[in-house]
Amino acid sequence: MFPFERYGKGIAKGMAVTFKHFGRKWITTQYPEQKLNMSRRIRGTDIIWVRETCIACQACARACPVGAIEMQVSRGEDKKLKVDFMSIDFSLCIFCGLCIEPCPPGNAIYMSHNYERTTYRCTDISAGHEDITPSDKRCNELIVVGDDLEMAEGKRKSAYGRPDEYEKLPRQTLLLEQIQYLDDMRKKWG
Amino acid sequence: MAFKTEHFMLNVGPQHPSTHGVFRMRFTLDGEVIVDLEPIFGYLHRGIEKLAEDRTYTQNIPFTDRLDYLASMTSNQAYCMAVEKLAGITVPERAEYIRVIMSELQRIASHLAGIGFFLQDLGAFMTPLLYMFREREKIVDLFDMVCGQRLNYNYLRFGGLSQDIPPEFIPALKKLVNALPGFIDEYDRLISENEVFLVRTKGVGILSREMAISSAAAGPVLRGSDVNWDIRKSNPYSVYDRFEFDIPVAKTGDSFDRYWVRLQEMRQSVRIIEQAIEQLPEGDVQAKVSRLLKPPAGDAYVSIEGPKGEIGFYLVSDGSVKPYRWRVRPPCFINLTTLRDIIIGWKVADAMVIFGSIDIVLGEVDR
Ligand code: SF4
Ligand code: SF4
Repeated sequence: MFPFERYGKGIAKGMAVTFKHFGRKWITTQYPEQKLNMSRRIRGTDIIWVRETCIACQACARACPVGAIEMQVSRGEDKKLKVDFMSIDFSLCIFCGLCIEPCPPGNAIYMSHNYERTTYRCTDISAGHEDITPSDKRCNELIVVGDDLEMAEGKRKSAYGRPDEYEKLPRQTLLLEQIQYLDDMRKKWG
Repeated sequence: MAFKTEHFMLNVGPQHPSTHGVFRMRFTLDGEVIVDLEPIFGYLHRGIEKLAEDRTYTQNIPFTDRLDYLASMTSNQAYCMAVEKLAGITVPERAEYIRVIMSELQRIASHLAGIGFFLQDLGAFMTPLLYMFREREKIVDLFDMVCGQRLNYNYLRFGGLSQDIPPEFIPALKKLVNALPGFIDEYDRLISENEVFLVRTKGVGILSREMAISSAAAGPVLRGSDVNWDIRKSNPYSVYDRFEFDIPVAKTGDSFDRYWVRLQEMRQSVRIIEQAIEQLPEGDVQAKVSRLLKPPAGDAYVSIEGPKGEIGFYLVSDGSVKPYRWRVRPPCFINLTTLRDIIIGWKVADAMVIFGSIDIVLGEVDR
């Protein structure tokens, strides 16, 4: 039996679709030269903890499904709870965002808006740390301890579970905004 | 005179581009014809059901994301509904509508990935997959907007949602819903009549109606075999009884029919989303639920129609903060049990077509 009973009409139809797309505008982005704005609620690669506003209730540590948050608290001289030690093990963290939600003051722990943990060269990471190898430094980068977790330059808070931050962040770029080419194609090809 | 030949063992996987993860198949071949198949899985076993017994109910929501990672929203929904049944929580209307929108978007996204990988298994390397992923990307962008991640959404909570949809979500969704039927037509033109595709899928890997029912298959695999069964219609949960939609059912149960059902289901999902946007009420998205949920002792089973079939959760509570038993009914795993029966008698080259048409995700098969 000759398999192409209809002499390749369907293939021609499919190829027509392909040709319509041929020569249209690109919709892909040339990362790292061009960057998209991420969602304003992105659960980024850091967790930002603010020592000043934290009331040391440990609700975040209890909410974590993988036990990534380690927090030690003690009563100070004025009988108020204070945090002695706080660390988040980012090799355990699954970036679920559950630690953000139960925080009673609502402004002590945030996901960050940052999503890049990469550098161009392996050696860039270990710059200024002669005593450790690049892979060691990589691990160190991921485990941010105590006060390092506070807002560093260029780290923005994400609006995940924090509606107040929402307006401060740039608008998310959607691929959906680039479907102009569909109308163009329709005009061109009918 | 027939030659006396020996059977030949062929191992495929666990690392194979067409096994969608880490699935292993051991074929016994007579020449080119498959006479037996031994599916071997468990390479992605993480013991999620056991891990879940050691965590509170809320802490288990992220684990449901990691079952079927191409359809996290529906897993979230099934689990949240099971806990809500266990604890007797009612969900606000607006949250129900948003859940429906999310799970229908998820259905489209999952079917797009399913069809794309199916065509990739057929040998149409990359091009159709990228067509499908172009649209999936748009949907994933919207998920990213509401919940902050492109996979593993962790968006639903008991009694509602983790946060309301942002103001720019509905305009973007409307734009997407307007554009989607055009894209689906494009796939239809690109694929459905392609002769090579038809020759390779029509009549290949027929799952008979009886076997589909007796193996408890669900989803497009079942509906491709002429069984009109969809939980959204037969046992409406959430607010599905308020929408008009059809259940596409195909007659023969071959690989093409499973593909066809998926394609038609996407159109129906678009219809549901259109109606849901129109009816979307204002109001709260989260009922009052205590943070440390302690459901009364008892058990509950809830199953919903996920993109790949009936996804269900059976929970047993002993009245403490942790579930006593946390059991998933995994649709991919149960659909996969039909594989051996429908693959025997076909050639090696057809094996990947049949396997791809079932559309499994190993995260859920192995758990
Ligand atoms: S994001 Fe999730 S896993 Fe990471 S520290 Fe917070 S609760 Fe734990
Ligand atoms: S939940 Fe908030 S206030 Fe409580 S310990 Fe964590 S960061 Fe501090």
